[in-house]
Amino acid sequence: MFGRLTWDAIPFHEPIPLITSVVVILIVVLVLGTIVIKGWVPYLWSEWVTSVDHKRIGVMYVVLGLIMLLRGFSDAIMMRSQQAIAVGGAQGYLPPEHYDQIFSAHGTIMIFFVAMPLVVGLMNFVVPLQLGVRDVAFPVLNSVSFWLTASAVLLINLSLFIGNFARTGWMNYPPLSELAFSPDVGVDYYLWSLQISGVGTLLAGINMVTTILKLRAPGMTYFRMPVFCWTALCSNMLIVAAFPILTATFVMLLLDRYLGMHFFTNDGGGSQMMYVNLFWAWGHPEVYILVLPAFGVYSEVIATFSGKALFGYRSMVLATLGICVLSFMVWLHHFFTMGAGANVNAFFGIMSMIIAVPTGVKIFNWLFTMFHGRIIFTVPVLWTIGFMVTFVIGGMTGVLLAVPPVDFVVHNTVFLVAHFHNVIIGGVLFGAMAAYNYWFPKAMGFTLHEGWGKASFWCWFFGFYLAFMPLYLLGLMGMPRRLQHVTEPEWQPLLLAAEAGALLIFAGILCQIMQLYVSIRDREKRRDLTGDPWDARTLEWATTSPPPAYNFAVMPQVGARDAFWEMKQAGQPAAAPEYEPIEMPRNSATGFITAFFAVTFGFAAIWHIWWLAILGLLAVAIIMMAFGWVEDRETEISAGQLARMERARPNPESAS
Amino acid sequence: MTVAAEPRDIDTQELLVAIGGVGPAPTRTVVAYGFWIFLLSDIIMFSGLFAAYAVLSGNTAGGPTGRELFDLRTLFIETACLLFSSYTCGLAALSGEHQRSDRFYVFAALTFVLGAAFMFIEISEFVHMVGKGAGPSRSAFLSAFFTLVGMHGAHVSTGLLWLIYMAAQVLAKGLSPVVLRRFLCFSLFWHALDIIWVGVFTMVYLMGVD
Amino acid sequence: MDGDDRIFHERSPGVEHQESRADFLSYTAGLGLAVLLTIGSVVVAQTDLLWPPGIPVGLVVLAFAQIGVHLVFFLHLGTGTDNTNNIIALAFGLLIVFLVITGSCWIMVNLNDNMMAMPGR
Repeated sequence: MFGRLTWDAIPFHEPIPLITSVVVILIVVLVLGTIVIKGWVPYLWSEWVTSVDHKRIGVMYVVLGLIMLLRGFSDAIMMRSQQAIAVGGAQGYLPPEHYDQIFSAHGTIMIFFVAMPLVVGLMNFVVPLQLGVRDVAFPVLNSVSFWLTASAVLLINLSLFIGNFARTGWMNYPPLSELAFSPDVGVDYYLWSLQISGVGTLLAGINMVTTILKLRAPGMTYFRMPVFCWTALCSNMLIVAAFPILTATFVMLLLDRYLGMHFFTNDGGGSQMMYVNLFWAWGHPEVYILVLPAFGVYSEVIATFSGKALFGYRSMVLATLGICVLSFMVWLHHFFTMGAGANVNAFFGIMSMIIAVPTGVKIFNWLFTMFHGRIIFTVPVLWTIGFMVTFVIGGMTGVLLAVPPVDFVVHNTVFLVAHFHNVIIGGVLFGAMAAYNYWFPKAMGFTLHEGWGKASFWCWFFGFYLAFMPLYLLGLMGMPRRLQHVTEPEWQPLLLAAEAGALLIFAGILCQIMQLYVSIRDREKRRDLTGDPWDARTLEWATTSPPPAYNFAVMPQVGARDAFWEMKQAGQPAAAPEYEPIEMPRNSATGFITAFFAVTFGFAAIWHIWWLAILGLLAVAIIMMAFGWVEDRETEISAGQLARMERARPNPESAS
Repeated sequence: MTVAAEPRDIDTQELLVAIGGVGPAPTRTVVAYGFWIFLLSDIIMFSGLFAAYAVLSGNTAGGPTGRELFDLRTLFIETACLLFSSYTCGLAALSGEHQRSDRFYVFAALTFVLGAAFMFIEISEFVHMVGKGAGPSRSAFLSAFFTLVGMHGAHVSTGLLWLIYMAAQVLAKGLSPVVLRRFLCFSLFWHALDIIWVGVFTMVYLMGVD
Repeated sequence: MDGDDRIFHERSPGVEHQESRADFLSYTAGLGLAVLLTIGSVVVAQTDLLWPPGIPVGLVVLAFAQIGVHLVFFLHLGTGTDNTNNIIALAFGLLIVFLVITGSCWIMVNLNDNMMAMPGR
């Protein structure tokens, strides 16, 4: 009846997961209880849960990513602490079978449930506004994508309370991830939650590509699109191209585990190297999926706060397209040591060096944008400059690693760990923080506190270097990654420095929480009344903060690049705009209900509760059919209603 | 979506389309393009399975090989079924565009029958192979075979269910623009499955008995 | 919103509104060509028409030809003014498929070559 689910699944005998579980459950009950008692359920249901508005969905993605950052970061602190303590004779506080779950969860959560939601949420919020349109191409599908990601988050967090997580590392290599060596539910939690969120991500990619290519304001030709939209386009093209490979790979591993097939097993002719090959054929484009939108953020931020148009628009676009295509030609550099031989290694090594060139072009374009500009050192600009320094260092170690003989020495040491954190934190995370500070006023209607923002940046910046530069040294000294216990006492000082760095980053996170608290508390004083707090250049700043549900009452007629800047230069039109009726998509519970049954299905599949799994799948099929039957998915706002709503908006001057 | 600017003349309009400046495309274009992108992603997913098959096709673990298992006669029949069902699907779409619901039902039914025949032959082949001890857990080659061909078959089966669903929509709502748009997506899907089958029968069967 | 009020009435990824006979001819011609190419593939695979080491190449060429027939005659790719996006998307997709399949084969063959010989594999 319950498959292999028994009371043993609950970690009564493991203090750390048990205490964590109790605390988290208490917090969840507290939050849900507050929501119910204060009567916020109808508001949350109609304004957020069933919303198909890209702005709401974008905010929910970002909130999800930030909350999961806390979980992923606590995993990081636990690992750093363990490594700082467990040197020589000392054993630390985390047994190996627990430590292994922590580093696996850390990587999985940070990549799939922090970085991806932050980046996808950002693109969701900003792109339709920058394109001058009302929403993405498929709004209900957008909601489904978000809720599938959220259900995958729920599933992976359930592994803390019920059962255990994978101990295989975030890449989940066979044969360790095969049934013979990981018979418990951990790997199944990993596979099913990533398959579910993978579907959501793929649908989001299709949505965004279609939106950018087929839905732009009149007059917005390809070369008048903001650079952020170009990077969003390329990132989503990569999503559409790369995620199916991961889906296929996980299908094969699931078939091995559930139906006894032999894709990657030790016996029967399976090939574990095939898994590694296919995984990284997805894995390398994935990091570009994450970093390209961050590059787009930097372009927007630096142009705005230098008071100049972005330097070298065309070369930026070409560089982005170049990175997009090249990202599919380098994946073997993740397994130089697997033994493909000199010719193969040389080809992929050279391609990996070539891919650094377009990024270099971008860095120069940003520098030339700043040159002779009047730079205002706001929090987003600090994050951007921090990125430029940090990412270049990380990129250089990347080019170093692209040389196969060098990689032979440092592969799977903490040198590699330092490199990828260098580029992901310096590139993606700093970009997410810059974007968060830059677009928060647009999304929420009030600005964030600058002082706490600057404090958080400096803590993150110095914390990052303190945490990861020692790892480069340790890697060169030969320290492998993922060590639960450290045998060399001379490594301990550097590990302690790394721990101090992690704590400094923690201080940075606390500053961000403080920043949010103070800003919300003082929000009336911090209101953005003009809709354009930064004197920016692109169309999203032509709306109020926050924008109305329909974004633009009249779709802007775009005449040039940096469309909003052109509008400001041209001055205000004398006559009031002529309103016409517009159609807006209705709310839909499809996303939420689909997600509910996706969690049901995933949980049932993990625990082998077959009847429940089949029911879950059937329910999803029924929802799809119900959604596919309905025709009336839009509601009309008449011209009169539109005129009234526009008159009631706080600022007249930025209306298009 | 609001009304876009009216074109002044065809040449300017064509130029604007070429550089993308006409404003949001009509719904039918948007939906068809989105579905086309989805199909391309599905083809890439299949390419992962194709790659696995290419790598593992020699790993028979002492078990049966393709040459021993594949019957080219039944392959030819099922290929013909799928190809002709693609043709009748196209004719169904045509009938729909011309508001001929009688012809639509006939061609849709033919499409269903031919597709179901394909599935029947394929499932019989699978059952026969499993009965001979050549099931998917026998060897990596067979795992790859069953997964690649089976994944295609699962798509075809889903397509057959979708076809029934589309016929129900036509019955209930008539050949309205929305229904026609949805049938357009179905026919894109159905043709794409035949394209994938070309890859399967060439790479798996024809090269397998080489 | 159906798009019927626009000048560019798209019917599938690429076609402009054509005469019904032309479309019927398109589908029928496509079917005929596909049947010929299928028969051709079987003949190439099963007879000595082609020099034996060239059979795989021949099969791949015939497969691509048939895929092309499907794309042009059934999916109507290649016509219509707003068609460029569709072709670029297809080209990108084909590039990725090519990279994944040939890249994986190249890599795996090299990896396997460098493995020690295993008994009874």
